[in-house]
Amino acid sequence: MLALAGYTCKRYLQAPFVHATVIELSFKISVPYRSEEIIMSISKLVKSKRWIPHLVLGVSIVMTVLAAVFASVLVALVLPASNTFAASNSGAIGADAARHLLSRTGFSTAETEIAKLAILTRQEAVAKVVVPADESALLPRPAWLDEKPLTQKSLAEKTREAQENYRKVNNEWTMELRDWWVGNMLQTETPLAEKMTLFWHNHFATSQQKVRIAHLVYAQNSLFRKQALGNFGTLLRELSRDPAMLIYLDSVNSKKEAPNENFAREVMELFSLGEGNYTEKDIKEAARAFTGWSVDRENGKYMFRRGAHDFGKKTIFGKTGNFDGDQVIDLILARPEAAQFITRKLWREFVSPTPDESEVKRLAIVLQNSGYDLSKLMVAMLSSDAFFAADNRGVLIKSPVEFVIGMVKTFNVKPPNVRPFVLQIALLGQNLFLPPNVKGWPGGEVWINSASLLNRKQMLDRLFGSEDRMESVMASMDALAEMNGDKLPSKDARMARRMERTMGGVHMNLPAVAKTFARPDGDAAMRRVVLPIAPVNAPRVVNTLNAKSDPMAASAAVNAVTAPSATGLGEEQALLALRHLVNDPTYQLK
Amino acid sequence: MNNANSISSRRQFLRGASGFVAAGLGSALIVPAWAQEATSNAVAAAGTPRGGNYQNILILIELKGANDGLNTVVPYTDPKYAEIRPKIALKPDQLLKISDKEGLHPSLAPLMALWEQKELAIVQGIGYPKPNQSHFRSIEIWDTASNSDDYLDAGWLARTFRSAPVPAKFAADGVVVGSNDMGPLSGLGVRAIALADTAQFLRNAKLARPNQDTRNAALRHLLNVENEIVHAAGKLNANYVFKTEFPKTGFGYQVRTAAQLVASKAGTAVVRLTLGGFDTHAGQLGTQANLLKELSEGVVALKAAMEELNMWNNTLVMTYAEFGRRAKGNDSAGTDHGTANVHFLTGGKVAGGLYGQPPQLNNLDGNGNLPFAVDFRSLYATIIDQWWKADSQVVLGAKFAHLPVLKT
Repeated sequence: MLALAGYTCKRYLQAPFVHATVIELSFKISVPYRSEEIIMSISKLVKSKRWIPHLVLGVSIVMTVLAAVFASVLVALVLPASNTFAASNSGAIGADAARHLLSRTGFSTAETEIAKLAILTRQEAVAKVVVPADESALLPRPAWLDEKPLTQKSLAEKTREAQENYRKVNNEWTMELRDWWVGNMLQTETPLAEKMTLFWHNHFATSQQKVRIAHLVYAQNSLFRKQALGNFGTLLRELSRDPAMLIYLDSVNSKKEAPNENFAREVMELFSLGEGNYTEKDIKEAARAFTGWSVDRENGKYMFRRGAHDFGKKTIFGKTGNFDGDQVIDLILARPEAAQFITRKLWREFVSPTPDESEVKRLAIVLQNSGYDLSKLMVAMLSSDAFFAADNRGVLIKSPVEFVIGMVKTFNVKPPNVRPFVLQIALLGQNLFLPPNVKGWPGGEVWINSASLLNRKQMLDRLFGSEDRMESVMASMDALAEMNGDKLPSKDARMARRMERTMGGVHMNLPAVAKTFARPDGDAAMRRVVLPIAPVNAPRVVNTLNAKSDPMAASAAVNAVTAPSATGLGEEQALLALRHLVNDPTYQLK
Repeated sequence: MNNANSISSRRQFLRGASGFVAAGLGSALIVPAWAQEATSNAVAAAGTPRGGNYQNILILIELKGANDGLNTVVPYTDPKYAEIRPKIALKPDQLLKISDKEGLHPSLAPLMALWEQKELAIVQGIGYPKPNQSHFRSIEIWDTASNSDDYLDAGWLARTFRSAPVPAKFAADGVVVGSNDMGPLSGLGVRAIALADTAQFLRNAKLARPNQDTRNAALRHLLNVENEIVHAAGKLNANYVFKTEFPKTGFGYQVRTAAQLVASKAGTAVVRLTLGGFDTHAGQLGTQANLLKELSEGVVALKAAMEELNMWNNTLVMTYAEFGRRAKGNDSAGTDHGTANVHFLTGGKVAGGLYGQPPQLNNLDGNGNLPFAVDFRSLYATIIDQWWKADSQVVLGAKFAHLPVLKT
């Protein structure tokens, strides 16, 4: 009987129309679905010392199983053979796995995208997403990139005004670069390459606030895109000569007599090995090896200052030689810890917050044996059972970029230009080209605190709620500012206000989106598009009349109206259901 | 069980049935959580569930990036000072003398009133053994109050509130203003909210709603945050209109938000503010001068606002940072990561004066770094035991000597 229950739990996962809560709870016991495994886990629990909670858990598992059996009988009796996304190709991954792969490697989880991958085998689907960027397909780059960079040294006059202008112009250019990048994320056919570009921007975090020169910001971004799924060794070597990085980590003036340790430290701590895999002495010695790696202050290009370089003997990781920077990187890459460090970080980005160490070791060997070929690693990681495991779905929090771009692409939002989205992403805590420090955005749970979650919900409310609400929000903001006599509100508040204005032109044809789900299997299809796992909020029946005036009541009311009829969702029901689902906490997950 | 209006379709019938399943499972799965909770609470209760005088508020100011202490409180009579900082040493005649050996950075002029009223405690030589010089690791050590080679998950304030809980009627255990990083308020389900602006928070809070429990860590985090928002929004307001003028700077705005929190009487034990940009590896002089000006003007406004609310005697303000900067200046007219540092405490109950140990410039280590004299956890112990009447030994896992910075 236990075996039967396990089987039915699995079956639930595939039944698209089963009540949300059942799907979620079935998830929780879907891993040990064979009877021996359930018995083993129960006996382990009994043996453990903290028996009180576990006894209860044990009882709960039994109850779960019984309940699942009961429900499964209902399914079997009432709803035979309705697996709407059973694939025709026997090895096909199916719609749910396709959705999972898309949410992790791309931006859109629209039905059309899901359909394209669902019919493929795992290997085919992964091969379809692990594709480098096609440079010819990028948006035209800003024209000023063809002119000379505006460096401090290139200023004709050294007046205060000239200095301020130098900052202002470079800041505005950087803003245009954000538009350009976000524009590329929106239109790209190779979203994983853009996501990896962003991954490297975060990994090798460099802030324009210190670098200033927009041309250098662009050059670094191009390097990340070129090596996004390329070779990690090449990336690290080119990075050690990247002018933006050299300025950001104070290498420009690093010379034999006074080596600056900043770059050498971060190369080991943050870029390749992680703390505990090197000594303070290794850092000091490596700093000597990188002396002379500098930037021409006039044109902002990399230059090697021979006179500043320390050609002497260094001892790093117990090896002695007249090492230069490239050789330090070779010494680093020769160590398995480096491959493991990168693998672990990519695991956290693409698979789960808790790396499986045996899998990390296996994948790191793939990376190291391939000479640090990143696409080989990504193919191996994304094809793994761990990647597709039920327990690893919906366990990562969307970054602001994923949240905004994902919403725009999935729901076909049409903006007059991309600037509102650039500002929105910044407001949510991920101002591109301006990471908080050299460690980048901490990500994960740190993306979500009371302030950022409310900002996310406000954006959802703006797009999915009724239109007149936005006006009233703006009016109350301004009234409040006046009341408080604010001349200078916080940077966040100013940005929020600016965003409110710019978002004015952004519209989504909500009825049209909803209409696509007004069909017999619309309920399940919509849930798959919008959420990675079952929604949290339990159904509540409220007076649907309130729904007109209060969007929150509307989202609560949706369960009353989505009670499906024989013909599936109606248009009005679909619209309310959509509002309900995007407001569910699980919408923040991928 | 689900309240289905009519069982007119197969699927609705199924909803009703699955509602039953959910109810059975839901309660069963939640039990282990509270059972464990109950166990750990029992353990805590068996220990020393002490005090928690949270009428006293702590306002922390993080000087992010690590302020250069040696140019903040300058040992101007020590000839070694100018010698090791040829590019950035401040001249004695620029300084605000507070003793025959120490002078404050000129940008701290607004703080001189506090110093003269004996409400400003200056603690020199703060650090910890085996100092770490990574920003991230070292602030983690400060935030979790760990040893240099221990890794703890929860912040020192989260542990304090676990051992001596903040009253449930308070809007939040702690509020973080102007940062997305919870720092010492991380972990153990501490009720912490982050906000930039109270009024905006309240408007937006209407979009959150209370939720239940889950096993998925990311989802659990989301649900916790939603619950905190709902709870805090019920308590906060932005109605008080201050006579105090707040500086029109980013930090001044944070101070205003902090003051508004206190004015709303919603209740919170801690407010953490952040002033960033102190990582002055190059061209330090101008940057630090601007930042210290912003800091000291903000602190003075904070005092005025708290006095206006008659809360200054219940307010303790303390600065902190990940480490100090290297005593020896670098070639880029800046300073690299160092060790010991100086920090400030102020408040109506602070016993003003100099504490700790002045910089031992003749006793630098091989890297040109200062030795420390006061473990930063002594400050935490003083706050936990004397300000909040809780038990620092339970929180910190060891006994740290108190500093006599509070009037008794």
